[in-house]
Amino acid sequence: MQILKKQDYLKIYNYMLKIRRFEERASQLYGMGHIGGFCHLYIGQEAVVVGVLMTIEKNDSVVTTYRDHGHMIARGLDPKKIMAELTGREDGYSAGKGGSMHMFSKENNFYGGHGIVGAQVPIGTGIAFSHKYNEEKNICRTYIGDGAMNNGQVFEAFNIASLWKLPVLYIIENNKYGMGTSVDRAAAGLDLFKRGEAFGIPGEKVDGMNVFKVIEAADKAGKYVREGNGPYIIEVQTYRYRGHSMSDPAKYRTKEELENYKETDPIDIVKEQILKKKFATEKEIEKINKDILDEIKNAAEFALNSKFPKDSELYTDVYI
Amino acid sequence: MSIEILMPALSPTMTEGNLSKWLVKKGDKVKAGDLIAEIETDKATMEVEAVDEGIVLDLLYKEGDLNIPVNKVIAVLGTKDEKVETKKETTNSKLNINENEKKENKSDLKKDISIENKQNGEFITMREALRDTMAEEMRKDKNIYILGEEVAEYQGAYKVTQNLLDEFGDKRVIDTPISEHGFTGLAVGSAFKGLRPILEFMTFNFSMQAIDQIINSAAKTLYMSGGQINCPIVFRGPNGAAAQVAAQHSQDFSSWYSHCPGLKVIAPSTPYNAKGLLRSSILDNNPVIFLENEILYGLKGQVNNDKDFTIPIGKANIEQEGKDVTIVTYSIMLHKSKEAAKKIKEELNLDVEIIDLQTLRPLDTYTIINSVKKTNRLVTVEESWPFGSIGSEVANIVQREAFDYLDSPVIKVNSADVPMPYSLSLEKLYLPQVENIVKAVKEVSYIK
Repeated sequence: MQILKKQDYLKIYNYMLKIRRFEERASQLYGMGHIGGFCHLYIGQEAVVVGVLMTIEKNDSVVTTYRDHGHMIARGLDPKKIMAELTGREDGYSAGKGGSMHMFSKENNFYGGHGIVGAQVPIGTGIAFSHKYNEEKNICRTYIGDGAMNNGQVFEAFNIASLWKLPVLYIIENNKYGMGTSVDRAAAGLDLFKRGEAFGIPGEKVDGMNVFKVIEAADKAGKYVREGNGPYIIEVQTYRYRGHSMSDPAKYRTKEELENYKETDPIDIVKEQILKKKFATEKEIEKINKDILDEIKNAAEFALNSKFPKDSELYTDVYI
Repeated sequence: MSIEILMPALSPTMTEGNLSKWLVKKGDKVKAGDLIAEIETDKATMEVEAVDEGIVLDLLYKEGDLNIPVNKVIAVLGTKDEKVETKKETTNSKLNINENEKKENKSDLKKDISIENKQNGEFITMREALRDTMAEEMRKDKNIYILGEEVAEYQGAYKVTQNLLDEFGDKRVIDTPISEHGFTGLAVGSAFKGLRPILEFMTFNFSMQAIDQIINSAAKTLYMSGGQINCPIVFRGPNGAAAQVAAQHSQDFSSWYSHCPGLKVIAPSTPYNAKGLLRSSILDNNPVIFLENEILYGLKGQVNNDKDFTIPIGKANIEQEGKDVTIVTYSIMLHKSKEAAKKIKEELNLDVEIIDLQTLRPLDTYTIINSVKKTNRLVTVEESWPFGSIGSEVANIVQREAFDYLDSPVIKVNSADVPMPYSLSLEKLYLPQVENIVKAVKEVSYIK
């Protein structure tokens, strides 16, 4: 893979921090009652999506689960419009009709945002099918939570993807808990990436707290898929700092476990590297931090100033 | 003693077969298990084995003979010295109720179809009408592809996709594993990305495996994405009861799918409207549930051969006009309703108006209301279970929009409110029959 340059390091830091700050603000707005329903935060998992982002091409497609805010930011979507969707406003990506779990941007080849565990896996496989059908060189990256890895349709999709050699890269985000149930209490066999073996899909495990390791693995896997070899699985070992959703106090795990992970915070790892390689000074980093904070503040302000959808919108977009 | 070899029933809905090829000739010695003929059924071409030993004394049909009824003698085995006594007309004396029943049903339907005279066009079967329409649209638009179980190399479990693989190749006519949840999600994803899949469910019973993808993904994503991502897909296949395939393989999904905003639901009743409605469905940019009926696949009717002929979605057809009672029906029950209407005319001199809904969602309430305003009496006839059925919704709309026009309560004719039984006698009891419809029409007319 190509060597990462200064601007790559800064881009990585920028995106990871933007996701973190966005999610913190979303959490605050949820607490204030501006965001309703289910809201699943990505804090702790930033290295996964940003690592993959560094290997993606513009016309590649992405589809993910309901823990999607970070994925949208990484796909280049506007935080203002994401926050407007979370607050149910007309300027949101889904005009206030989708909410946290159901956001899309066709323009950015981002196909959701799916609320049903596992459902995005056959869909992502179908998007890959269309890339192949149209003889495009693009691939579809399909994210899967560890919880979905016990869901039947995932294996139906694996079988077909391998049978038809579809250009799909499956990325398992193993954050150790499917809702409140730890992986070892839900999955028989903890090497989730090996579950493709029976279908002839190669896979590997990656440290998802270290963005550089994610980039390396995603790059290799992406190339394998793009070259027409069929699907590939990477299982990224990550950790969510927050509960499953805003209403989950996460009492099923210990404080020590959380603190342990926080000691190797994925954003700190990048910051240390930037300083070590002298790609930026502490002062310059502080400036980046402040700019991001401002951007997210503005996004929240924009969202809260955006109008609620008109009543007449209730009946639009049912049919085209 | 000579042994008669009969045209066998090789599928649940087979009532007649075509003799494709003899694998023996007169004078050949055969023993049990030897292949003697190739028979083309409503589903496939099958080889037939001898079950007894003997010498072929006579072959009563030539290769290429069509529509030989099940249980007709097709060949005679015996010892060398025996003479052929059987005549072509001989039917098996053991002909059971089952076959009588099937024949009766089928011939009634045929009569109905043959009197259709809507457009100048050739007579073709429902399955040919469906196949031709798919092929015509596939020639126009490369984004259309077909996927499903047995659609390609096997030529379709019910032969609806026959020959499409030859013309369009395996890129566009795709056999899937038996994996409804997976391949439905895949097709939906490809439609989000701009392809236009036609997904065949071998029967709609299996769509339940995939119903999450149909409703949560296909039907809702346009709305959830604020109008950004549509899903141009046709889910098609046989729906409802076939013949004695019992509870898990005989149910009507009309009201299941019609319940859901985001889906359009179509139920054709003739080759003519199947053609026009399927084309409209393929051209539509929304997900369409296209509910065919297995028993109707073999029915012939005239079609409109214009390659751009469509019947608009959301428009009911007044199948026959009448002034006394309105029957609202769809799919196979159209034919039973017509038969009932004929009886009612003969016995009671009442003129029944029959509305064939064609589209179940969006429902053509205008045509229904106008008819009720004229006849003041309404019977709904459908194969689905009664609770929350299409008839329930029609009755609701009519009481709301035409309350003052009703001279009697609306009566619904549905299947029995139980899982479909296997036994032929119970199956008949389960399904709406002509006499049930006649009774309902009498009831709304206060005739004892």
